[in-house]
Amino acid sequence: MKIKLAKEEIESASIHQLQRISGEDLKKCYQCGNCSGGCPVSFEMDIAPSQVMRFLQLGKIEEVMKANSMWVCVGCLQCYSRCPKGCSVAAVLEGLRQTVLRKGEDFEKIKEIPIPFLEKAPQQAIVCGFRKLVS
Amino acid sequence: MPRIGVFVCQCGNNIAATVDTKKVAEEMKKLPGVVFTCDYKFMCSSPGQDMLKQAIKDNKLDGIIVSACSPHMHEKTFRKAAEAAGLNPYQCEVTNIREQCSWVHHDKTKAVGTVKSIDLTRMTIERLKKNKPLKKIKIPIKKRALVIGGGIAGIQAALDIAEGGREVILVEKEPSIGGNMARLSETFPTMDCSQCILTPKMVEAELNENITLLTYSEVEKVDGYIGNFTVQIRRKSKFVDEERCTGCGECMEKCPFKTESGFELGLTKRKIIYTPFPQSVPNVPVIDAPNCPKIQKDKCGACAIVCGPKCIDFKMEDKIVTEEVGAIVVATGYQLMPNERFGEYGYGRIKDVISGMQFERLASSSGPTGGEIRRPSDGKVPKNVVFIQCVGSRDEKKGVSYCSKVCCMYTAKHTMLYKHKVHDGQSFVFYMDIRSGGKRYEEFVRKAIEHDDAMYLRGRVSRVYERDGKVMVQGADTLSGSQVEIEADMVVLATAIVSREGADTLAQKLGIGYDKYKFYNEYHPKLRPVETVTAGIFLAGTCMGPMDIPESVAQGSAAAAKALSLFSADEMAREPITSVVNKATCNACWDCLTACPYSAIERESVKDRQGNIVKWLARVNEGVCQGCGVCVAACRSKSIDLRGYTDEQVFAAINSF
Repeated sequence: MKIKLAKEEIESASIHQLQRISGEDLKKCYQCGNCSGGCPVSFEMDIAPSQVMRFLQLGKIEEVMKANSMWVCVGCLQCYSRCPKGCSVAAVLEGLRQTVLRKGEDFEKIKEIPIPFLEKAPQQAIVCGFRKLVS
Repeated sequence: MPRIGVFVCQCGNNIAATVDTKKVAEEMKKLPGVVFTCDYKFMCSSPGQDMLKQAIKDNKLDGIIVSACSPHMHEKTFRKAAEAAGLNPYQCEVTNIREQCSWVHHDKTKAVGTVKSIDLTRMTIERLKKNKPLKKIKIPIKKRALVIGGGIAGIQAALDIAEGGREVILVEKEPSIGGNMARLSETFPTMDCSQCILTPKMVEAELNENITLLTYSEVEKVDGYIGNFTVQIRRKSKFVDEERCTGCGECMEKCPFKTESGFELGLTKRKIIYTPFPQSVPNVPVIDAPNCPKIQKDKCGACAIVCGPKCIDFKMEDKIVTEEVGAIVVATGYQLMPNERFGEYGYGRIKDVISGMQFERLASSSGPTGGEIRRPSDGKVPKNVVFIQCVGSRDEKKGVSYCSKVCCMYTAKHTMLYKHKVHDGQSFVFYMDIRSGGKRYEEFVRKAIEHDDAMYLRGRVSRVYERDGKVMVQGADTLSGSQVEIEADMVVLATAIVSREGADTLAQKLGIGYDKYKFYNEYHPKLRPVETVTAGIFLAGTCMGPMDIPESVAQGSAAAAKALSLFSADEMAREPITSVVNKATCNACWDCLTACPYSAIERESVKDRQGNIVKWLARVNEGVCQGCGVCVAACRSKSIDLRGYTDEQVFAAINSF
């Protein structure tokens, strides 16, 4: 992949908004990779947690938006508990989800969820899933 | 009949595991002349040494052998103990039965090790029988020092020696002392202004009564040895009388000609009669002779006309001065690798690609732009600056294999300086690793990234080219796995630190070693970091390899401490293991003179009563001789012997095998 780097993108409005929502300073991350190493679901992600942080540092928010990483994250906070710089990738991913969901764009269409699944899944999981995946 | 004692050390299990030390001691007892033997767990321990002293007294021993570790380890210890018991220390010899025997033989039955130890010890006994008592050589010491190089390391060394009450001659090649540090804008990690902390030291060096500043001078020749060096120094003609010049600067003002400024690294021009920078010490201008029309073609002479005290002399010539010193501190510093070697970065081709040192000048308030960051091509303030690290460093193919150590830190500093001066600017740094080992260094780099918005990209730049007035930089960010392209206004290269041009020639004059990059070798990289193999010559600063200011200063002080401790005594005692020439048989073929690596052989003339020279002889200068024995091997008439290792002794040892 070839990318062009420019100050306008590194400090774009959407990056600022993301930092505000998540409360995380993206620059703090020094790319040690501990989050990607410990994440229990990173094998399912298109872009690993540490690389999510890297793309955001470079101002490439659209690359991250295209990926499934934020939806795969279960918010277990393993990344946060292990991060030597005290960054929470989970918070950043939640921030990313919010930027999508606040526009009313649901990741999961409730009507399309099969009834047998709803009957089988624990209630708490369904509530959590709705909270995470729908606006 | 000699009365010899043999002490066999078990060295815990180091020797005893493969050598039957008791048997060795018993076997030695059988030899003629040996009156006392024993073995002990640790001969080097206090009880071991006490036992040795007691045995010498009780048995009236006139020579002792300690069969133990390498003489490098404990020869001194045992000789001291022998001396304390009233024996001549050179009547004590050490047999190495550890490194050269027990450690290399793994035979647990101890058969091999024991036999070999017996042989080795017997050989030493036979050698000892031929030993002659020796006395340490006393050498007088001249209590003055020469410091070569007036950068921060040299200045520090000179100041410390002068503070210690000794005279110092500080030789500097350039018209002013200060070195590379004078060029820097701020210093990491404290961000204090380099000039502000350096110039007080420069002035102190000028005012100190014990320091003689010889600027615009170079060391021509070095003779002699520790405590007694004779140094010839070429004082290049300044064409200005230093004594009378008041430093008013009128001459520089009126000089109508200009050339590129070396101090400003070509970023601006200077006059032909010049001081490198405004705070130069001494504040005396020099005339750049090759570029001066008066000196070359006898045209102009404006400076001489305006000079009030009339101190300009176009006929002035180089002078050679001779100084006698006891110690030499070498602090010749570094230079940067020529960037032109890296065509892919466009240095020399694209005007806005500059070196880190040039950026220092741009950021310096006394620099060509008065501290404003303006790019060289059109003087515009650059909004996007790309810094490229490891240019030449860690590049085995085109550059050098080592890390230049300071670039990571000064690049972080550059990004901060840039942000402080150009608030809406963006800096990008291409790095391979960030090496910020040092007190408060890592925090400094993080501050550049987190606080001053430097965008660090892990990867190298493969191409720099121009497009529509922009400098395009193409490189990699391996962290995101992408190729990146930046439209930059200026590119700064963190060029490798290399040894100074002519470092090898100076090393040869001094007789000190250097590595393949022509950085000077320390005696021992850990335990003797500022000494050289040549006694009395010390090292400080970047002439040894890349280092930062605190390290250079520490080494300057360390070298000064070494010189001062040398000066603390009137005489110096040296090991008497030196060569000696038999005057009766020497036929002055001078093979020894060419063979000696330390230039310790001198020509001595023998005169008759009328004062006519009748004969030449070789003579060994005991102050210089290191006792290597090369001359002994080279001598065709067998006229040279090495004290403590005479042919007679060596043959005795071999014959007993």
